[in-house]
Order: sequence, then C-alpha cells, then structure tokens
Amino acid sequence: MSVLVYIEPREGKFKKYSFELVSYGQRVASALDQLLHILVIGKVAREELNSLGQYGATNIINVSEDIPFDDQVFTGIISNFAKQKEANVVVLAHSLTGRAIAPRLAIRLGAGLSTAVNGLPASYKPFIVNKKAFSGKTLVQQEITTEVKVLTLSQNTAGITEHSASPVIEEINSDAVASATKVVSTEVITGKVLLNEAEIIVSGGRGMRGPENWKPLEELAQILGAATACSRPVSDEGWRPHHEHVGQTGKVVAPSLYFALGISGAIQHLAGISSSKVIVAVNKDPEAPIFSAADYGIVGDLQSVLPKMTEAFRKFKAS
Amino acid sequence: MNIFVCISNVPDTTTRIKYKPGNKEVDYTGVQWIINPWDELALTRAIELKEANQAAIQKITVITVGKADAEPTLRKALAIGADDAIRVDVAPEDAYTTAVQLAEVLKSEKDALILSGVESSDFNSWSVGGMLAELLDAPSVSAVSSLNIEAGNVVVTREIEGGKQTITTTIPSVLIVQKGIAIIPRIPSMRGIMTARTKPLKVVQGIASQPMVKVLDYQAPAQKSSCRMIDPENIEELIDLLHREARVI
Ligand SMILES: Cc1cc2nc3c(=O)[nH]c(=O)nc-3n(C[C@H](O)[C@H](O)[C@H](O)COP(=O)(O)OP(=O)(O)OC[C@H]3O[C@@H](n4cnc5c(N)ncnc54)[C@H](O)[C@@H]3O)c2cc1C
Ligand SMILES: Nc1ncnc2c1ncn2[C@@H]1O[C@H](COP(=O)(O)O)[C@@H](O)[C@H]1O
Repeated sequence: MSVLVYIEPREGKFKKYSFELVSYGQRVASALDQLLHILVIGKVAREELNSLGQYGATNIINVSEDIPFDDQVFTGIISNFAKQKEANVVVLAHSLTGRAIAPRLAIRLGAGLSTAVNGLPASYKPFIVNKKAFSGKTLVQQEITTEVKVLTLSQNTAGITEHSASPVIEEINSDAVASATKVVSTEVITGKVLLNEAEIIVSGGRGMRGPENWKPLEELAQILGAATACSRPVSDEGWRPHHEHVGQTGKVVAPSLYFALGISGAIQHLAGISSSKVIVAVNKDPEAPIFSAADYGIVGDLQSVLPKMTEAFRKFKAS
Repeated sequence: MNIFVCISNVPDTTTRIKYKPGNKEVDYTGVQWIINPWDELALTRAIELKEANQAAIQKITVITVGKADAEPTLRKALAIGADDAIRVDVAPEDAYTTAVQLAEVLKSEKDALILSGVESSDFNSWSVGGMLAELLDAPSVSAVSSLNIEAGNVVVTREIEGGKQTITTTIPSVLIVQKGIAIIPRIPSMRGIMTARTKPLKVVQGIASQPMVKVLDYQAPAQKSSCRMIDPENIEELIDLLHREARVI
C-alpha cells in the first residue's frame, strides 16, 4: 500500500503549493508507514523533479508529455497509477484541476472523497479529516469510511516541511486515451500574480467608487508583488474582470495579507477571505462589518487614504 | 436535446449556523431555503439558451435529491422557467449517495446536457457534478464560465489555472458551472409563479446506496481578536505593524 500525490507543474516549474502537497504526502506516508509516490504529468526538467526531494519525495513518476487537460483523460492516468501502486490515500491540490479530477477519481477507485481538507488528518484509524462547511461558517470533522481515500488539500493549511531525500525518478509515457472534449483555444493571463498563488492580495469594493479609481490600487499591488481582487458587485458591474471576484460565489483565497479597500464585509465576501492570515481594512464607515473580521483597520476616505498608502509602501519597499 | 439542471436545496447564504446539542447535527429550525446560487445561474443560462435556440432545446428539467421539504425550492425553479421537475425521494447523506441517485435517473438520458454547480453552499463538497459524470461515463467540463450552442455544438469556456480555455464537448456531457455562465440570476415572474403550480413535478423512489463519508462533529471557527485601528495620517504605523508584529511584509 502507498500514498500517491498528484502535483501540477506550470510551464515546467513547480509552485509553493506543490511543495506543500509533497510535504503533506511525506507526513501522511510516514504516519501510515507507507511508501510515497509523486505523480507529475507534463514535461519537467530533471533538476526541477529532483528539487522535490527536499520535501521528502522518494519516488517520482513523470509522465513526460504535455497532455491537454481533460477531466476523463487525467482521471484515467491518475487512477491507473493509483491502482498500480496500490495507493490507499490519493492527494491532489484543491485547484481548478484537482477539483475537476478528484470526484471522478474517487468513483473510479471506489474511494471516499473529502475536498478542501485543512491540514493533516486528525486521525488515521479511523481516517478523520478537518474541513470547513457553510462557506467557512463552521468547521467539520469527517470520517472517510472506505479503504481507499481521495483528498484535495486546501492551500496554506499544512505548510511546507523540509525532509531531504534523493528521489528515484521514473519517466514514462502515458497511454492517454483520446478525449471527448476538444480545446478550441486557450487564453493565458500573463505578467500578473494569480489570486490563488498570491501571498498578498489587494482587493477593492464598491467603495472604490468606479473603475477609473483602480490605478492607485494596482500600483499598490505592484509595489507589494500582490494580486488584485474585488467584491462581487464590482465584477458584476464590469469594473473588474470576473476572475478577480472573491467570496462565496467567487474565489476562496488564503493569502498571508489581504487588503479590503472599500469593502463592507458582507458575510458572502468574508466567506472567501476568512482563511487569510492578516486582514487590513480601509473603510469610511467605522461601523462597517469588515472591521470585525479585520486585524488592522483605518477609518477614512479611500480617495485620500489610498494614494497615501501607495506612497508609504513604495517608500518602505525602497528602503 | 434536453437540459437537466441539478438543484441543491441549501440554507440562505446569510443563515447563522446553529447546532443541535452534542454538535453532531446542524439545527435547521427557522432556516430559509434557497436554490444553491450556482444552480440558479445554471438554470438561468439554460432558460436563456432555450429562448435563443427554440428548435435545438426541447425541455429544461430540474432535478433534486431530497425529501418533500425540498419541493418549495423545486417549485421556485419551475417558476423561474424550468418545464418540469424530478425529486428523488431520498435525504442526501453525502456527495456519493447523491450522485448515485442522480445517475440512476439520468443514465437513460442520452440526448442530454446536464448542468450542475461547482459546489453547494452548505457542505461545499465540490463533488456531485464530477461523480455524476463518472457514474454516467460521460465527459465533464468543470469551472465552466460560459456556455453556448453553436450549430448544434456545445461550446464552453472553462477557467483554468491562470487563464481560460474554450472547449467543445459531446452530448451527453456534464457541465459543472460557476459564475459567468450567467451574472444575474432570473427571478420568478408573477405569471411564472402561477404556472409553476401546474407544471409536472415527478417524485421517484431512490435506490439503495451507502455513504462513504460521515460527519462526526461541528464546531464554530475561532473568533478573530479585535481589530487594531490606525490613524489614516499615520500609514507608517500600519507598515511597521505589518512588518514587525504580523511579519507579513
Ligand atoms: C447568494 C449571494 C452570494 C454572494 N456572493 C458574494 C461573493 O462571492 N463575494 C462578494 O463580495 N459578495 C457576494 N455577495 C454580495 C454581498 O452580499 C455584498 O452585497 C457585497 O459583498 C458588497 O460589496 P461591497 O462591499 O463592495 O459593496 P458595499 O456593500 O456597497 O460596500 C461598500 C463599502 O465601501 C465603503 N465606502 C464607500 N465609499 C468609500 C470611500 N470613499 N472610502 C472608503 N470607504 C468607502 C462603504 O462604507 C461600504 O462599507 C453575494 C450575495 C448573495 C445574495
Ligand atoms: N441533493 C442534490 N440534488 C441534486 N443536485 C445536487 C444535490 N446536491 C448537490 N447537487 C449538485 O451538485 C453541485 C455540487 O454540489 P456539492 O458537490 O454538494 O458541493 C450542486 O451545485 C448541484 O448542482
């Protein structure tokens, strides 16, 4: 029996989330006293694969082909390795791809599934995990009662642990089947920090007053190496693109630092940001509910406060 | 082609969650029930498509797995514009048992586009759509943010890490939709509410299936400590706190 972790390279490189997943796999495998297998689909350089050893990867399977993503095709590849390696715990990222594959994979493996789990299992026998429900309003403990388990791990909930190993790398070709879906075109956002990878997020709400006022917000984001985000009405009004919408019906984020600028703090918005380590709120209304979710607050008008913030952070970064 | 929209009946998103003594069950007394927000958007898009492609789309059916208390939510979906409704008379236990019931009803539907939401706003399991597709051995596309029927082809845009992809898929398929598919959900019109009363709502019996995951315990998340207020004339203090105290910059 073994633990299988599936990680996704982006443009041939691994991001922090992948290191967290490998660390997680290492700790689960060692608790269960089982072998850890890391599965990577995509062309990745040797050194990049070797670097996973730092986090405890001992056995790496690399399907070194660039296969267009398709739910069924990837489910097929991963489930084949899971069966071949007799994996009884399969771990994926709670990313867009992880979410797409995990439910299919669970059915194919006859496994129980828990998505967006927080941190390590609370117990292995019985197998108990922690997660959130009701969009962050409650924490639940769940038991997965099947022999084989599939998990998606929430980002930044387990941390990265160093654990040096020299991995054995097996490079193989997939027997990928033809997919029923056909990709017509792909559009990639370049030169921007992605919301789900961002350590810092600068987010604006209706209190920003209009799309023309986003310039200082974008400047602040750039100075901090942050991603930009917004509340739902802001994207509904077309002030900002939909992929920036954070909250219950948008993206759930977990950065170290979240700036909520002119956001009232409606419960549906908080649902998307409650896992942030530190929240800074700026709002002209001292009674705004965002202040009860924030760690640091400024009461003031953004028209004057935001340019001051941008300047002050610029100075700080330059010093 | 028929469109099926899977509807999850969930507490209103502003509901304060309370538990029954022992913290093993949620206390649903006094809760306002709604159509899961993503399912509402899926239904909205289905209706728009039917209006635009009268010939291509015969019928929109909403389907839910739930006991009789889920019927007002199904009636609301009919009032918004679905043609008929199916309720599988089983209390949902986990994502797996729910998907099994849906698959049992939908497996005979070959000329169907099946829509589900990315997640239910109650248990946030992100599971039922993908499980259903696998049980039906049908293609699935998740994180779908736009859907069109062009010359009989199903054309969707899906969000991917750091971008988006336009894809065509075959029938039957399961599309797992998110925001963007529609922006503003349709609300029932007066006439819709009247006609919904007489639209067909079929109740079918479920099949036996065993859950794979069970909830052991609920807990309220830890409260944040109070917010530290900073003078807008003293941004340097904020920077200093973020740097030295919080250590996030
Ligand atoms: C089913 C459902 C799902 C939802 N999902 C989401 C979601 O995913 N994400 C989301 O964000 N919302 C969501 N909402 C909407 C949510 O309820 C709120 O309406 C929304 O979050 C409010 O956005 P806002 O804070 O930008 O705007 P507002 O509530 O209008 O707040 C604007 C704030 O800016 C302040 N302000 C105004 N002018 C200034 C100024 N010059 N300087 C400083 N401050 C100023 C005001 O005091 C106010 O607090 C959802 C709602 C429903 C019903
Ligand atoms: N009881 C249910 N009946 C019908 N469809 C459901 C039910 N529960 C979930 N779904 C569908 O599955 C989607 C994802 O829900 P979940 O996997 O529970 O987060 C929802 O948006 C619905 O479309």
